[in-house]
Amino acid sequence: MLTIKNLQAGIEGKRILNGINLDIKAGEVHAIMGPNGSGKSTLASVLAGRQDYEVTGGSVEFLGKDLLELSPEERACEGLFLAFQYPVEIPGLSTTNFIKTAVNEIRKYHGEKPLDAVGFLRLMKEKMALMNIDQSLLSRPLNEGFSGGEKKRNEIFQMAMLQPRLAILDETDSGLDIDAIRIVANGVNKIHSKENAVLVVTHYQRLLDYIVPDFVHVLYNGRIVKSGTKELALELEEKGYDFIKNEIDVTEQVG
Amino acid sequence: MCYLFIIQNRGIIKKGSVYTFLYKQVRIFVAMKTETTQLHKTNGMKDGLSPIENAVLNDYKYGFVTDIESDSAPKGLSEDIVRFISAKKNEPEWMLEWRLKAYRHWLKMEEPQWANIKYPAIDYQDIIYYSAPKQKINPESLDQIDPELRRTFEKLGISLDEQKRLTGVAVDAVVDSVSIGTSFKKQLSELGIIFCSMSEAIQEHPELIKKHLSSVVPITDNYFAALNAAVFSDGSFCYIPRGVRCPMELSTYFRINAENTGQFERTLIVAEEGSYVSYLEGCTAPMRDENQLHAAVVELIAFDNAEIKYSTVQNWYPGDKQGNGGIYNFVTKRGICQGINSKISWTQVETGSAITWKYPSVILKGDNSIGEFYSVAVTNNHQQADTGTKMQHIGKNTKSRIVSKGISAGVSNNSYRGLVHVNKKAVNARNFSQCDSLLLGDKCGAHTFPYIEVRNNTAVVEHEATTSKIGEDQIFYCNQRGIDTETAVALIVNGFAKEVMNQLPMEFAVEAQKLLAISLEGSVG
Repeated sequence: MLTIKNLQAGIEGKRILNGINLDIKAGEVHAIMGPNGSGKSTLASVLAGRQDYEVTGGSVEFLGKDLLELSPEERACEGLFLAFQYPVEIPGLSTTNFIKTAVNEIRKYHGEKPLDAVGFLRLMKEKMALMNIDQSLLSRPLNEGFSGGEKKRNEIFQMAMLQPRLAILDETDSGLDIDAIRIVANGVNKIHSKENAVLVVTHYQRLLDYIVPDFVHVLYNGRIVKSGTKELALELEEKGYDFIKNEIDVTEQVG
Repeated sequence: MCYLFIIQNRGIIKKGSVYTFLYKQVRIFVAMKTETTQLHKTNGMKDGLSPIENAVLNDYKYGFVTDIESDSAPKGLSEDIVRFISAKKNEPEWMLEWRLKAYRHWLKMEEPQWANIKYPAIDYQDIIYYSAPKQKINPESLDQIDPELRRTFEKLGISLDEQKRLTGVAVDAVVDSVSIGTSFKKQLSELGIIFCSMSEAIQEHPELIKKHLSSVVPITDNYFAALNAAVFSDGSFCYIPRGVRCPMELSTYFRINAENTGQFERTLIVAEEGSYVSYLEGCTAPMRDENQLHAAVVELIAFDNAEIKYSTVQNWYPGDKQGNGGIYNFVTKRGICQGINSKISWTQVETGSAITWKYPSVILKGDNSIGEFYSVAVTNNHQQADTGTKMQHIGKNTKSRIVSKGISAGVSNNSYRGLVHVNKKAVNARNFSQCDSLLLGDKCGAHTFPYIEVRNNTAVVEHEATTSKIGEDQIFYCNQRGIDTETAVALIVNGFAKEVMNQLPMEFAVEAQKLLAISLEGSVG
């Protein structure tokens, strides 16, 4: 589904990603972990097409297309979804209206007719039940005055509504208490299927107790330095990132 | 015994800070000016334009000229021209005298310079003050109207037929100064409602006109009001008799058409005791190279327990991207809450004109009367707007509410200028003002000039102001959900303006949203 080859990228002339290689297949859950400043969020932003970042090398293929050639909205329409670490507020714009616009823009991209009010409401009711989300949240202006937990739940609700092929969760657990993490993770698990894939970007292992990854990758200095199964996450939790850092730095010195 | 005065800047960028003043003085006079210009942020883009700017720099979609023969006065202004106009319209002697008085006074006045706008000096002798579309007979029905003209309206998406059929709106279309069609007249007249062109009202209802015309905006009021009184070509008159609730939204479509023609409308709405009327005014103009002067006057009078709701959507040609051409819009709009418990509400969506100079005001004379002002003003490219309101509290327990939303894009300047005046006798006056500014791009300006004069110590006056900017992160968030930048800007701006848009009657809300979208496609979504 997603094949990243030797991806290099940076911001304002500063290189952050130094050759990422990653292969994600439909149905898989991947986790990317790493210390602060290792490039986790940069990777998420580059995949989503945030324009502050500049890609300087490598390739990304998404569902047979050259992802890097697509605009951010085209990537979204192709089925790439980013759950933001800091969802933005848009005052006065109701969350429902926003999601309706997004749903219909994506339908338009695929040559489908826009959902009418009834059809949209039906879809929304269905996903609200699935995500256990309250109507009152959706009538409020987008993310305005939302608590941290509400913002993240809203992200996951949007994911349910847009039904992406690949969902990237960028530090979705940051700033959430354990109950909120559980709610958000349950939402993700309900949406996850054989057809779609999830890429969880996180600093801590605890989210992975609820969203169980098939693969865990450790990002350090803009490269994936270690890959493994979920046990790797536990090992990291136990030993901290220093053990990886030491391992790598020693290797590099020898090299 | 205190006044609360708050200026607050919140929003995406936090500029400025929160001020809270508690005053014990009997009089407050404040002139606050907030200017915000954003620093440029380059994101390694090839053409140096942000997606917002690209979305915003778009062409005026309503630029076209209807080819109709005009019957015009020669250029320039003199007593002869005033007489010419009056004669053309077959006016009675008292009307001519009224015009001449205004003209003579105008000669002694000077053009106001205090507004935060810049424009080359207007040559008042280089303007044609009267132009009427040539029509063989006065049309009795919409079918008799020049087909070319009807096509123009259709291009604007406001076909008279369509409006008549679907919305039940009575339309009195003013194209280049003369009313060309009036509908629903019969239906209205059964209720005793008079809704006709000003010229017709002068002929048919001289007593009402003599009594009310210039009673709210005197002919000597200001430079542009005096000019209007001297040369006004036409406009609408609306009279709602005692106890009548007007069953439909009354609507007028103004349009400037012939080249070099100043358009000077005069509108008068009188709501007798216990009556209600909602009036819509919509404007679009074809593309022009030369600046056109527009100086309208609108007067509203509400007697005991009467309510007038006046809504405007203004989309005149704003000039091109370099700032050439465009309408100069100098408008005097004022209403008086003459009677007790009366209410006047102004709602405006201003997206057009090169220059907008406009302060719809309410004189709150009757006890318990209410004045409201809801405004969305969009400026793009080189447009300049200096707009706001005046609330004059005179009666007891009077209330006013001001909600102003300014949106600036391109290299435009958008100013809110408002006065809240509480008279010595205005016991328990209340005012709430909210002025929000939204900036698109980094070269535009938003300014706020709130003046507050309180002379009665039982008054409570509140003022809130915010400035925010459409952020790249908001756009990106929308993009990431599959929404393109143009649509994203439209969503954000409509969200920003929602509180005001909600005040518009249904018939207008859709058009206004479209306008914001066009102005923000061509200025703001």
